[in-house]
Amino acid sequence: MGYTLSEKILARASGAEHVRAGDIIWVNVDKAMMDDVLGPKLEIDDCLKKLGVPVWDPDKVVLISDHYTPPANAMQANFVKFTRDWAKEYGVKKYYEFAGPCHQVMVENGHIKPGDVAVGTDSHTCTYGALAAFSTGVGSTEMAGVLATGQTWMKVPQTVRAVWSGALPKGVMAKDISLRTIKEIGHAGATYKTLEYAGEAIDTMIMDERFCLTNMAVEAGAKAGLIGYDDETARYMAQFGVTERFDDMRSDDDAEFERVLTFDAGTLVPQVACPHGVDNVCDIAELGEVRIDQAYIGSCTGGRYSDLKAAADLLRGKHIAPDRRLLVSPASRDIYNRCLKDGTLAVLADAGATILASCCGACLGVHSGDLADGEVCVSTTNRNFLGRMGSKQSKVYLASPLAAAASAVAGRIVDPREMM
Amino acid sequence: MAYGKVWKYGDNINTDIISPPASLEYPIKEAARFTMQAVDPDFASQFRPGDVFVAEHNLGSGSSRENAPLMLRELGVKIVVAKDYARIFYRNCINVGVIPIECADTSKISKGDMIEVDYANGLIRNQTTGETYVCSKMPPHIEAIIDAGGLIPYIQNVRLKKK
Repeated sequence: MGYTLSEKILARASGAEHVRAGDIIWVNVDKAMMDDVLGPKLEIDDCLKKLGVPVWDPDKVVLISDHYTPPANAMQANFVKFTRDWAKEYGVKKYYEFAGPCHQVMVENGHIKPGDVAVGTDSHTCTYGALAAFSTGVGSTEMAGVLATGQTWMKVPQTVRAVWSGALPKGVMAKDISLRTIKEIGHAGATYKTLEYAGEAIDTMIMDERFCLTNMAVEAGAKAGLIGYDDETARYMAQFGVTERFDDMRSDDDAEFERVLTFDAGTLVPQVACPHGVDNVCDIAELGEVRIDQAYIGSCTGGRYSDLKAAADLLRGKHIAPDRRLLVSPASRDIYNRCLKDGTLAVLADAGATILASCCGACLGVHSGDLADGEVCVSTTNRNFLGRMGSKQSKVYLASPLAAAASAVAGRIVDPREMM
Repeated sequence: MAYGKVWKYGDNINTDIISPPASLEYPIKEAARFTMQAVDPDFASQFRPGDVFVAEHNLGSGSSRENAPLMLRELGVKIVVAKDYARIFYRNCINVGVIPIECADTSKISKGDMIEVDYANGLIRNQTTGETYVCSKMPPHIEAIIDAGGLIPYIQNVRLKKK
């Protein structure tokens, strides 16, 4: 009997030769990530002072002010200042601010490598699983424990495998695969488990698209989202000078999966998650007339280079509908600069988009694009919970960057293939 | 053992509902007034310490924000009962000393019922309806953390001493 990727990574991290799903183990953490809103200022600093210990290994800690940058008010500014000062006090040199949503900053700066165990104070920490690393979100007190000891306890999860065969048709994106998978599993169907993506459609995806899949694993309740190591992982890691191969960082063919779900990418059409649940998904074509006020392209889910490029290609020579707004927040400052230099931002701006700083702001309704009572937004982000992006009387629909761009032009939620 | 009046909610009470975006900027003491605002504006002002928070499926889904159990704790929530939980919220509850109990029958429990949660023996007695339900006991590795008084004292007294 072979092992799943989760079992392989967690065995190494716990110092055991083998572990199996269900085992309760203590693991050594390779990377601990904190943001501003749920970072040191919330409990962590208090807990560490109470314990009276230093950070176990400051080189394994990354601190990123992203939710409250740029700050909308003095209270948010105080979070950022606290985070910045704390990094200095505890000798954490890997500190970023105004650099974009933490998960993109983590992966594009080479802080994660295949086989790592990473924890972060944000539920979308599962993003790094696209690099064949086991990563998961933790609360602040748990993070304080990790900072004090370098360890945390885990129950080795079972694995739900989503196998996508075939090739995605034009106009259909990784986000559509993510939403369709979550529809099938349900918002709690993978609770305590790993959601692992595999199959031809995943094999041919670039890393940008893979991050969109693992990022949303938690929306099915999963502890981790994983994709096995392959040449694309190697290509991505090479930009950080990592030439070592990690060919064993894949689930064995004869590993035991809790469930294997099969899908055909070739027949997938653009999807949309309706208010107020991420698994409340249908084909856009089935949606009926939904007028929008705002379209949002951004976040650690849907603001990467390939997302902005796809949106710009669709919007070239078009303009958003009257009385609508299109907000674009590139998922990192590096992506922002790349899009600035190659003209992508100019195409978006010419189409009527408002280009925002790289940040988490509107995705969780804390600044830069909150919704008013009764407003409707189509968004490339990851959650559409009641009140998520502002007023509890607003509505959020989740869709791909192409769908968000096309909807901004139409003024209502549309299948982007109508405009391509 | 806990005995108190029930505040009852349904499925998918997520972290954006328990601790809405606007609450995150405030210290927990001040943030507590926002707790559950979108679905129950009376909750924060009328929940009394000792009352019991009961929900159905997937309690605490969404964010890793520990604000959710911290705000509940601030209002006097010592124990929560649900059919099942989102993973991070479940761990966060234990780590901050709020006891998460699983019970498959929470749809039989209504707002205002008086219930006794005997988590040592895995039983909930509904004094209002006369019914008894089976509930979870804590697995030993989690009991060790709760017995120590939460994760930080556990680390202090057990994990750091081992080193």
